[in-house]
Amino acid sequence: MLHAPPSALVSRAPTLIFAAALAALPLILPNAYYYDVAIRIAANATVAIALNLLIGYTGQISLGHAAFFGLGAYGSAILVGVFGWPPLAALVASAAAVGTLAYLVGRAILRLEGHYLAMATLGLGVVASIAIGNEVALTGGPDGMAVPDFSVLSWRLAGEKSWYWVFAALLVAAIALADNLVDSPAGRALRALHGSQTAARTLGVDASAFKTRVFVLSAVAAAFVGSLYGHYEGFVTPGLAAFPKSVQLMTMVVVGGMASVWGSVLGAALLSLAPELLARFQGYETIGFGLILVITMIFLPRGIAPTLAARFGRKAA
Amino acid sequence: MLSVERLSKSFGGVAAVSDVSFSVAKGAIHAVIGPNGAGKTTLFNLITGLDTPTSGSIRLRGEEVAGLPPESLARRGVARTFQNLQVSMNLLAIENVMVGAHLRLNSSLLAAMARRPNLVARDRRARQEAAELLAFVGCGAYLGAEARAMPYGALKRLEIARALAAAPELLFLDEPAAGLNHTETDEVERLIGEIGRRGVTVVLIEHDMKLVMNVSQRIVVLDYGKKLAEGAPDEVRRNPEVIAAYLGAANDGA
Repeated sequence: MLHAPPSALVSRAPTLIFAAALAALPLILPNAYYYDVAIRIAANATVAIALNLLIGYTGQISLGHAAFFGLGAYGSAILVGVFGWPPLAALVASAAAVGTLAYLVGRAILRLEGHYLAMATLGLGVVASIAIGNEVALTGGPDGMAVPDFSVLSWRLAGEKSWYWVFAALLVAAIALADNLVDSPAGRALRALHGSQTAARTLGVDASAFKTRVFVLSAVAAAFVGSLYGHYEGFVTPGLAAFPKSVQLMTMVVVGGMASVWGSVLGAALLSLAPELLARFQGYETIGFGLILVITMIFLPRGIAPTLAARFGRKAA
Repeated sequence: MLSVERLSKSFGGVAAVSDVSFSVAKGAIHAVIGPNGAGKTTLFNLITGLDTPTSGSIRLRGEEVAGLPPESLARRGVARTFQNLQVSMNLLAIENVMVGAHLRLNSSLLAAMARRPNLVARDRRARQEAAELLAFVGCGAYLGAEARAMPYGALKRLEIARALAAAPELLFLDEPAAGLNHTETDEVERLIGEIGRRGVTVVLIEHDMKLVMNVSQRIVVLDYGKKLAEGAPDEVRRNPEVIAAYLGAANDGA
């Protein structure tokens, strides 16, 4: 029974082991600084997984994904900080607004075959970061703005140790949901579109509808994580939505491995740690990012995780 | 089942298909033959929605379908294979076949992420059916293989299995034997006969005359985009115009 899918427990094993490791991690994290690093890795990994669904699995490139992340963060910051909304309502409203924006862009652009989405999202990202920088009254402009704590009723979320559990849970959920999606009729349709759009369409896959749906899904996920990240940091700046952040997210996907959920986790970990490791080469860390990307593209064009998986004879997750 | 009337398609000034009419009866096996560049694949692309006709009509069970997109035609029971392979190389062989069952499965993203039990159960059945179809086309050895690791001949048959997974009423095969050796061609011939016996209406483009003459009940001959002749294999074989334009030329070349 070569074709039989692995049983639920076997296919879930990596996720369960990973969840257990995340649960045990606080035992060895010495102080708040390390919690902060772990939180940033988890937040980036969650966004990278969502972005990989779009880029790696469906073959559509978003060069402005940080805009969705940033809009989520600013949406929550403004609705809670300026208009006094409850954080949970602001979180949902920001994600819904970003989803609507992505839907409108996707519907207009994804009818066209080719990489028009890359151009449209590049433009969207630039517009979003300029808008955030200029709407000083609402956003504080280039100086950024403070974000109140996240709270539900009387329960308040504060401190690295509490937030760690939120982002760790979010990451595990993202891995499980993405795994479910990839190995499903919808996931196969998305991957088939990447392989041969012509064939997929003649089998009834509505190409523009499926691309739009996965684009909206990955934008909403980015906004959702952005909102929570804003609350966690307590302060947001236009850099969150800017082009370099988009490139960083895309680099995580490419370096970790296209069409690999675990690759995104790995890529996010490496590229979130890189600034810490490269910090001693002050001013040159950007060159470090570039080198990592170039070296990966030359020596591991499929990305780290799929290359390792192939070497050790396992199918890429 | 299918009725094509005065169908034309021009690309710029070139008339790839011009004024072609024919009809296909339910359950029949038809062949479309003609020299390279005669407009055969364009004709298939028009009927399966990959190209829009310049003029003319395509009726499927009486319904006008000219100009509909491919996904709408898939919904109406039309499936096809491709002369130049259109396999998703990033998928496993069996996953390619399962894409064929797309319209019969729950393709909601949210239901997939929530792993709804009835979605999973139906998907498991689709996997079983896809495995059976792969065995049926003689690709049983490639169940868990990545499509990119499969040889050309197996990919040709994989496309047939994928089209069959859509449970089509009308199946278009674009040069199913192209590039295959004699043994493989005989195998594909047997396969087409078996598909016909299962009640699927088949229209095929093929250059292998032995295969065409053996499996088809009716043959349409195209030349320079126009219909040159139509009839049973014996009539077409004896038609002087066909011999001059196509079979004769092929014999001269041999």
